[in-house]
Amino acid sequence: MTSTGTHDGSLERLKREGRIVVVGASLAGLRAAETMREKGFAGSLTMIGDEPYEPYDRPPLSKQVLLGNAVADHTALPRRRAIDADWRLGVPATGLDMAARRVELGNGDAVEYDRLLIATGVRARPWPNAEEGALKGVFVLRTRDDGEGLQRALAAGPRRVLVIGAGFTGSEIASACRERGLDVTVAERGDAPLVGALGGVIGAVAAEMHRENGVDLRTGVMVTSLEGDPSGRVRAAHFSDGSTVEADVVVVSLGAQRNTEWLSGSGLGAGPRGIACDAGCRAFDVRGIVTDDIYVAGDVARSPHALFGYQFLSLEHWGNAVAQADTAAHNMLSASADRRPHLWVPAFWSSQFGVNIKSVGVPPMGTEILITQGSLAERRFAAAYGYQGRLIAAVTFDNCRWLPFYEQQIEATAPFPPPFSTVDRRPEGTKPMPADFPDPSVPTHGPTITLSGYSPADRKMTFTPGR
Amino acid sequence: MRLVVDLNRCQGYAQCAFLAPDVFAMHGDESLLYNPEADPAQREDVMRAVAACPVQAILLEITDEDMANMVAPDAVAGAGSPSGGAR
Ligand SMILES: Cc1cc2nc3c(=O)[nH]c(=O)nc-3n(C[C@H](O)[C@H](O)[C@H](O)COP(=O)(O)OP(=O)(O)OC[C@H]3O[C@@H](n4cnc5c(N)ncnc54)[C@H](O)[C@@H]3O)c2cc1C
Ligand code: SF4
Repeated sequence: MTSTGTHDGSLERLKREGRIVVVGASLAGLRAAETMREKGFAGSLTMIGDEPYEPYDRPPLSKQVLLGNAVADHTALPRRRAIDADWRLGVPATGLDMAARRVELGNGDAVEYDRLLIATGVRARPWPNAEEGALKGVFVLRTRDDGEGLQRALAAGPRRVLVIGAGFTGSEIASACRERGLDVTVAERGDAPLVGALGGVIGAVAAEMHRENGVDLRTGVMVTSLEGDPSGRVRAAHFSDGSTVEADVVVVSLGAQRNTEWLSGSGLGAGPRGIACDAGCRAFDVRGIVTDDIYVAGDVARSPHALFGYQFLSLEHWGNAVAQADTAAHNMLSASADRRPHLWVPAFWSSQFGVNIKSVGVPPMGTEILITQGSLAERRFAAAYGYQGRLIAAVTFDNCRWLPFYEQQIEATAPFPPPFSTVDRRPEGTKPMPADFPDPSVPTHGPTITLSGYSPADRKMTFTPGR
Repeated sequence: MRLVVDLNRCQGYAQCAFLAPDVFAMHGDESLLYNPEADPAQREDVMRAVAACPVQAILLEITDEDMANMVAPDAVAGAGSPSGGAR
């Protein structure tokens, strides 16, 4: 069963009695498995996940769960259908033998596949000093256990919470703390919250939001060390500007790292930036040759996107995991002529300080921004991002019903600044201003979209073998 | 009863919050918060909310437990198959 062609009937055989293995039993893994069964896959399906839980939803962890409106262990994802899988939960995949088509597990087992889907996602970037990161009261927020632990720590009524990093997750945590009446300090290395994801113009609005809601926001500073008390509990944090903040809960919210280490040495094109795949979700090997039996989906994938200059995009977006999983599952069971590209327009939402923030497209690609509707001051607006005369992204604050319109415009590669004269008055004027993204080489809290690689036409890429 | 709302799709129309206020609530003007594991007692309300959402953003799974707790299966009409999703 090595060929994907239909002439020899191997595809039918795969569907009837093949072995499909999914590594990463979360949003992308589950949705892909459901799609495979929907498409008539009747063979054996193995779901491998290192967490002991069945697939659950992460976005509520920094929202409902921290607000105390939902319990972390009640976030299991609804199923679209039964998938009749052999679940291997609580055991990590530790290796991949591409030649033998075998995934090795942490408990010594191995599982053979005819098709493999990798959906191992990302994990929270830990505090760089392991000893300080291990202090009691220091948290990250990625998993159900993290959410449960942090919610309990907040419910205990700490005197002050320190959030390190003001990306989406850090900002949502700060917002939840304020709603619970807790004192919170936010430390951000960039000039404003959300600046890596949405740029400085929108970042300034986010900064106001924090301050108006009583957050002690410190920007342009780094936390240099965490200090514990004799019992091993965190007590204070020291900042690069010489100041000290006393806090008994610290949340490290510095972005994510891709779960690809288990693939090192396998020969697959996997590294710290994720797993490179083609637009059809087929993974590349280290030689840049596309595999035909290994597929990738979700946060761990990086794939080229025609709408965005064929740049490789890694998206830490819920909707991307769902859509890419669906495409990967379809392609895994299709002959080459029937495969589909994953050309989803990136979309993301966040909810903080009672404001609904949504974006479409790739804001960090934008060099200019124009407030097209509403006003920044009222915190109810739509803003468009431009790149080389093209509309490349849009963001709304409490104005989400307009977003589908911008999505269509982006898909149609509409010009920027937009030629349509909007229905609203525009206090900020009609002239675009610089979107003000930080230098991408300066790390911030971690963007949720990573642009990497060049257009194949550019030939700028230099080849560095992994080993 | 498990549910998830695709908040990319959700337009904040608040239909769900109106029909099943114990499970869905608006947070601010536009943001929706919901309980991902709603109480079986809310089943009828939630199914009405699912059916009423103008953008079909709510995915619902009725679990075996809910089925066991079901009082009058015929009371709910046309709101999706009991074992599958609602999308
Ligand atoms: C707190 C929080 C809030 C969020 N809020 C939003 C939001 O508002 N909007 C939005 O669009 N997105 C949001 N996201 C992002 C969204 O949750 C992710 O994009 C989504 O979970 C990606 O799904 P995935 O299946 O690709 O990866 P993941 O959900 O990361 O799942 C990967 C799984 O693989 C497992 N795994 C890793 N390595 C191995 C291995 N070697 N063997 C076996 N298993 C392994 C992991 O433990 C994990 O369970 C949020 C994320 C978090 C953490
Ligand atoms: S009814 Fe649908 S669109 Fe309206 S708030 Fe509920 S989920 Fe969102």
